[in-house]
Amino acid sequence: MRCEDLTESLPGVADGSISLSDAARWHAERCLRCQAELVQYRKLLRSLRALRIEVLEPSPGLLAEILAGISESGERHAVRQLLSGRKVAYVGGIAAATAAGAAGAVVLATMSRRSRLRLVS
Amino acid sequence: MDAYTLAYRLTGDEEDARDVVQEAYLRAYRGLKRFRGEAQFTTWLYRITANCASSALGKRARHRHDVLEDDDDVVDVSGRVDPAEQADRGEVRDRVKQALAELPPRLRSVVVLRDVYDLSHEAIAAELGISESAAKVRLHRARRKLRELLYPLAGEDEEVDRRAV
Repeated sequence: MRCEDLTESLPGVADGSISLSDAARWHAERCLRCQAELVQYRKLLRSLRALRIEVLEPSPGLLAEILAGISESGERHAVRQLLSGRKVAYVGGIAAATAAGAAGAVVLATMSRRSRLRLVS
Repeated sequence: MDAYTLAYRLTGDEEDARDVVQEAYLRAYRGLKRFRGEAQFTTWLYRITANCASSALGKRARHRHDVLEDDDDVVDVSGRVDPAEQADRGEVRDRVKQALAELPPRLRSVVVLRDVYDLSHEAIAAELGISESAAKVRLHRARRKLRELLYPLAGEDEEVDRRAV
């Protein structure tokens, strides 16, 4: 086992996501270079995790921009809903008118057929 | 302003970070009904922010010619001193941040989301639009570059010097 065989695994060993084989562990425990690299990865991961608690403050006005964006989007959504509501009413009206027209045609056809039968008899 | 901090870390630019946060909150507002509470709300918001940042970086890359590729040269920020020897923790943190800023965005995104914000490989892959294995490869490369920058081992000094020239 050589350092080069181990170097890809060391970050994973440092974060606990990789377990070394017995041979690799035997090498790592005795190799100063691998030990040093492992310690450095652990320090690096600790430093990165420490950044998690740091909160950067944006320059003023961001909250107002966010709220304005949401508000604008809300208005657009409301207008869309209104328009789609009107569309439904319009389509419904056309459907109702078509149905009424069709019903009227059926009634007229029936009436004319009856009057023809009466004339024949 | 946790989302802003994440956006800034991912984009490395204040204006871009503001745009990303605005877009992220808007998407969160629109998609609030879809939040099922399976993950923490903050994790959900991080994922949306990461996705917005990824789109922003993609747009930026298309508009600028100085796109950083994975193999771009990086600048040594180590100062040749082991951070453990530095008394001031703030200084160490600043150097870590500086090293992060030196990474190409594609590598930085993955290492920030995984090692700072603890997102899963699966979530990172989904939000950045890459495969899980690609996310793992990028994470490995990002960590290795950060380690080389912050703690150059004997022999790596010359390597970093050579690349920085």
